[in-house]
This record gives sequence, C-alpha cells and structure tokens, in this order.
Amino acid sequence: MKHIISALVENKPGVLAHVAGMFAARAFNIDSLVVGRTEDPDLSRMTIVVIGDDRVLEQVRKQLAKIISVVKVLDFVGKPVIARDLMLISISAPPEKRPEVLTLIEMFNGKIVDVGQKFVMVEVSGPEEKIEAFIDMCRPYGIKNVARTGTIAMVRHSKEA
Amino acid sequence: MSAKSRKSASSAEQSSTKSGAQIIVDTLIEQGVDTMFGYLGGVVLPLFDKLYDAPIRFIIPRHEQGGCHMADAYARATGKVGVIVVTSGPGACNLVTGLATAMMDSVPMVALTGQVRTELIGNDAFQEADTTGITRPVTKHNCIVKDVKDLARTIREAFHIASTGRPGPVLIDIPVDVAVNKCKVDSSGKMKLPGYKVWKEGHPRQISAAAKMINKSKRPVLYVGGGVISAGASKELTKFAEKAHIPVSMTLLGLGSYDQNKAESLDMLGMHGSAYANYAVQDCDLLIAVGSRFDDRVTGKVKTFAPNAKIIHIDIDPASISKNVGVDIPVVGDAKFILKELVKEVEHKERKEWFAKIAGWKKKHPFRYDSNSSTIKPQYVIDEVWRQTKGEALVATGVGQHQMWTAQFYKFSRPRQLLTSGGLGTMGYGLPAAIGAQIALPDATVVCFDGDNSFNMTMTELSTAVEHELPIKVCILNNGYMGMVRQWQELFYGKRYSKSYIKNPNYADVAEALGAKGIMVDKKADVGKAVKEMLKQKKPCVVDFRVEREENVWPMVPAGKSISEMDGLDILESMA
Ligand SMILES: Cc1ncc(C[n+]2csc(CCOP(=O)(O)OP(=O)(O)O)c2C)c(N)n1
Ligand SMILES: [Mg+2]
Repeated sequence: MKHIISALVENKPGVLAHVAGMFAARAFNIDSLVVGRTEDPDLSRMTIVVIGDDRVLEQVRKQLAKIISVVKVLDFVGKPVIARDLMLISISAPPEKRPEVLTLIEMFNGKIVDVGQKFVMVEVSGPEEKIEAFIDMCRPYGIKNVARTGTIAMVRHSKEA
Repeated sequence: MSAKSRKSASSAEQSSTKSGAQIIVDTLIEQGVDTMFGYLGGVVLPLFDKLYDAPIRFIIPRHEQGGCHMADAYARATGKVGVIVVTSGPGACNLVTGLATAMMDSVPMVALTGQVRTELIGNDAFQEADTTGITRPVTKHNCIVKDVKDLARTIREAFHIASTGRPGPVLIDIPVDVAVNKCKVDSSGKMKLPGYKVWKEGHPRQISAAAKMINKSKRPVLYVGGGVISAGASKELTKFAEKAHIPVSMTLLGLGSYDQNKAESLDMLGMHGSAYANYAVQDCDLLIAVGSRFDDRVTGKVKTFAPNAKIIHIDIDPASISKNVGVDIPVVGDAKFILKELVKEVEHKERKEWFAKIAGWKKKHPFRYDSNSSTIKPQYVIDEVWRQTKGEALVATGVGQHQMWTAQFYKFSRPRQLLTSGGLGTMGYGLPAAIGAQIALPDATVVCFDGDNSFNMTMTELSTAVEHELPIKVCILNNGYMGMVRQWQELFYGKRYSKSYIKNPNYADVAEALGAKGIMVDKKADVGKAVKEMLKQKKPCVVDFRVEREENVWPMVPAGKSISEMDGLDILESMA
C-alpha cells in the first residue's frame, strides 16, 4: 500500500540527511521524496510516498516526528487529498507518427515544451496513475527520457474542518 | 563623538565579545557542568586553552571510547548530562561505539567534536571525517555549527534535548575557526527548537482507562524498564506497585527501579530472566509496561508474548508504543507523572491466588548454582561480593555471561545502582563505566564485574583509574572464554568452540604494572578473603577470579522461542 506523508521541516543543512538516514536505518520503503520551500523561509515541506501497511505507516509517522528538525508531520489517511506528479518526457515522434503522438499528448493535457527532428519533449502533470498511463501509451512510439518530480499533496479545502 | 568616548565605546564592545572557545566553556558552566571527559587534538586546542583555567574537573581517558563510556556512566550514575569533548577525525570516530551504547540505553550525553576549518570541509582535509554523517544514527540529534553566533544557543539546545523526553546523546561538531572567531555573547538563554516536543503529563482519559483496567485485573504484572530510572520514578513505581499490589518484573536496564529484596519483585524477565517472571508474564491477564520497549531479548517470540494479556504501555517516546507489540492502552508521557496520577485511581487488591501461584514458581525455580562445587563458580563470586558489600555497591559490568549472572545474583535495591550496556551490549563498557561512576560518586563502593574478554577491550583505562586514585574494584570472572559465545557454540553449534578463546595475560600482573592492586584467586576457599582485601583497597584493585570455565547461564530462552520455553530449568532443579 502506498501512503503519502507530508512533513514540515526546518530549512537547515543536514535535515534531509536526517530524514533519509532514518528511512534507511529503519528499512522503510520510500517510493518518492520531494523537498521544496514553503511560504515560510524557515520551513521546507517534504512529501514522502512510503510503501507499507498501516503499522509501518504509523511507525514512519512517529519516527519522523521524533527527528528534532522535523516540525510537523501530516499523513493523509482517510482525508481527501489532491496529489500531483510532474513529468518531463521525451517521446520519439518522427514525421509519420507525429500526428498520432500529438493527439495522445492532447488527450492527456500534456504540453509540448520542446520539439526536435525526431523527438518531442512533453510536460505532463497529474495524479500518479495518469502519469503512469501516459508513459504506457507512449511506449509503443519509443521513450528517450523520463524525469519525474515525485508526488506532492495537499488536503482539499472543501473538506477542511 | 569625542575621541575619548569613541575609545570607551569600542572597549565596551570588546569586553562583551568572546571567542567561540570561551563561549563553549561559559555555556557548559551555565549548564551546570563541573566534570567532563575528553581527549586533545589539533582542532580542539582553542577550546582546551580555555579549559586551562576553567572551574571544570577534566578527565583524560586513554582512548576516546573509554572517555565516552565514562561520560555515559557519569550520567547513568547521577542523572546529570555526561559531557565529552574530542578532536576531529580519529577522535570523533572513536566515539561511535560509546555514542551508540548511550543511544540504545537512552543516556543523556553531550559530545563536542572538533572539526577542520569551515572552508576545508569536504576537501578530505587532514583529520577530517564527516562526523555528523557518521554519528547521525547513533545520536538523538546532531549538528554542525558554522557560525560562532549560533554556538551558545546550540549548546543549550543540546543539553535540553539530551536530558528531556527520552534522553539520549547529542553531538555538536565545531569547526576550529568557529571556536576562534569572536562574537557578542548571547546570554539570552534562548533556544529555537520548533520541532521538539516532549509529552510530559499523559492523557488523563488514558490514565483513567488504565486504572480501570488495572482494577479489574486478576493477574496483572508490571514490566518495568530503564525509562522508570531515567524518569526518576522509582518511588512512584514502588508506591503504585504496593498500593495496587502488582508483582514487578524488570528488564536488565530496569533493575534497581524496584527493590529486588521485596517479595513482589519478580526480578529480571526475558532471555536469561527468572522462570517466575517469564511464567508470570505468559500467564498474566494484564501486562503493564512502564518505560520499557518490548525488546526482542525480553519478548522472545513476539507473537506469543503475554498471549492472554491486555497491555498498558506507559512511555515517553510515542514511537516506542506499538512498535513491536500492539497495545490496548497507550499512555504517552513521563512515567513519574503518570504513576503519580495512576496511584490515585487504583484500588488495593489482595490477588491472593495470583501471588500464591507466583510463590509456587518462585519456590520451584529460583536462580541457582552449584554451591557445593569445588571450583569457583562465577555466581559464587557475585554472591560473595553481594554479601560483603551488603548489596549496596554500585555495579558496572561488561557484556557476556558474567553480565547475566550479575543481573541474576546481585540483588539491586535502588535505581542507578547497575550500569550495564543493555541495548547495544558493548563489551568493554564495564571498566570505563566504573571509572565514570566513581568520578561522579567518590564515596560509593564501585564494583565492576567483568569478563576476561570484555576487560581486554578497554583495560587500558585502568591507568586512568590509577592516575585519579579511584578505588574501583574490578572482579574479572575469568573463564578464559568468550563465555557467552562459547555457550551458544555448545548449545547450537555442536560444541565446536571456534575461535572463542584467546591467551590472556596474568591480570594481577597487568594491574600491578599499571600501578593498581592486583590479586589472583584460583581456589574457592580464597574467594571470601580476596573480596575482603579488594574492598579494603584505596586504589584501583583488579581481582582475577579463575572461575569454572564452562559454566552456562540458565535459564535460557533460545532465540525465537516463547519466553516460557526456557532451557536449563531441569539443570537448575538438579542443583537444589
Ligand atoms: C564489542 C563487542 N564485540 C563482540 C560482542 C559479541 N559478544 C557478546 S558476549 C561475548 C563474549 C564475552 O566474553 P567475556 O567478556 O569473557 O564474558 P563471558 O561471557 O565469558 O562472561 C562476545 C564476543 C559484543 N557483545 N561486543
Ligand atoms: Mg570470559
């Protein structure tokens, strides 16, 4: 089972090492880990996708909270969340296939960000399943490169207390 | 501004700026440090220069690991924060075992390590090591200070983190230029720890729920760990156990939290615990874990641990709760506070049947050894020391069979009486621990029960004990083996004693050569006399007891078995 956990951490050197080290030392399985700044310059947000059952998730949450430089831990269990990945993907698109590829890109709301003789580079964002589906659909044409950000997430406002 | 007033303004400014090294010393003193341990090196010279005339007692070990264990034992014996300072690179690396030992046993310590100049970091400079990287998993927290302005606050924070919540070692890495640079003194006392929370009080509703469950229980057992000792909650535990009338089993680190001379004591539980503690846990309908963490040496096979019991778990570390064993009522908070509240709500119960059942187990399966043997049984030595010290010595140990026998045969009656590496099981802990404890408590009788091989690991510290004229007593239970390893080889590897013995020196000679008193005992009849002689010594004394070589620790729960499946009970019975 995949779970998304979000942690507010102090924006200081060494914090990522503390978090990554803890995950490695306790043999937790990370699917992705994203770090970025927040509106507060003293804090960064880490969004971590972990694989494991509820017990593992609880331990991850507690062990994260135990790290001194981790300020707050949220998990999204049972909460409606918006979760997004961003991907850049280079797809083979020779002239004879290009119309097909363009249709596919359009269907996925992708944005062409670079065009070459043989390849187009596309920006796609969305829930992980959409990204995965897009990759699958592109395979027959040939994929040159994929770069993904990993998941970031927030709880929906409409369901906030 | 006149020339004169400009001059006085700048001198006022000067007087309120200090070097990093001076700030370190001042902040240590502000934190109440009067004793510290450490070892020199290039990048800590600015700091040592300021220590030259600081009102702090300073102990130089012979190896940084020894110093780290000393600081650890100083902390365990007193409850204060142990402090060690060492140089970069090799000095810092030599701390790793000591920090891991303290981490596993939740000991409050602050370690200061020197580091190469800030601009050299990352260049593989001379004596550079990635100290924060290396020590991250073995500290509660660590960090590097890169600006002298952050130094005072960071040290304050280190003491706070080390000594509150679930205690542990905190390391601060200090580049030499930060120790040299000057800044205005930060005497604000401020800390900045937005991510550090300590749950102290425990949720009242959880406490009430726990009390109800306890009042309903017919066969409750307490399972008490080192957390009760760290929390200074022995008195509260005793009051609680006595009012509610609940038998008390203890982990290795919990020994001393409840007086083992009392009838309700079940002594130690777990792998080499008492049969009566293990039976009681397996038979109980309610297990009350306080400051303990369901370590595998305690639980044996987790799935069958306390199979009929509801579980209440009181612990200050939320991450300890439901980590290994699911619990029914978690209470997160300080054991002292929670027990104080809990005692108000519990009722006194006779629990006659339960105590009668336990008395039966106690009668049938006490800890025993063959007291008629003509050889020196290691347990006999411990027994004899226990008698002659009236059970009041402060005891340190190495790791191995002798450690388990100490736990089984020295009846501990007060908290902080036993200093032993439980979680990490660090051979070599005993001697430096005895030194750290004796430094902390000059008037205490400090005895170290050591194994020959454990002693070998850190015996160089004997010279530290001699230098400081510490009257520590080291009893080497010398079986000429890595006894605990040999026992496993006997039981699980067909008696193939592969590499589990080495040629040892004559320890009495070693002791004398280093300026300590050395005694060798190889006759049972001489044991009592030797112990008496040892206890009289004003200087460090090492007694080399040539004990029975192939004695085993019983009972024993083989790894992966339930704790009621103990081997060796028949052997113990045959000694009755
Ligand atoms: C530093 C370290 N290395 C290895 C071990 C593994 N180990 C556990 S007990 C033991 C033997 C201890 O021998 P000794 O100190 O003579 O004690 P005895 O068991 O004979 O009483 C060993 C090697 C350990 N616990 N610590
Ligand atoms: Mg031995």
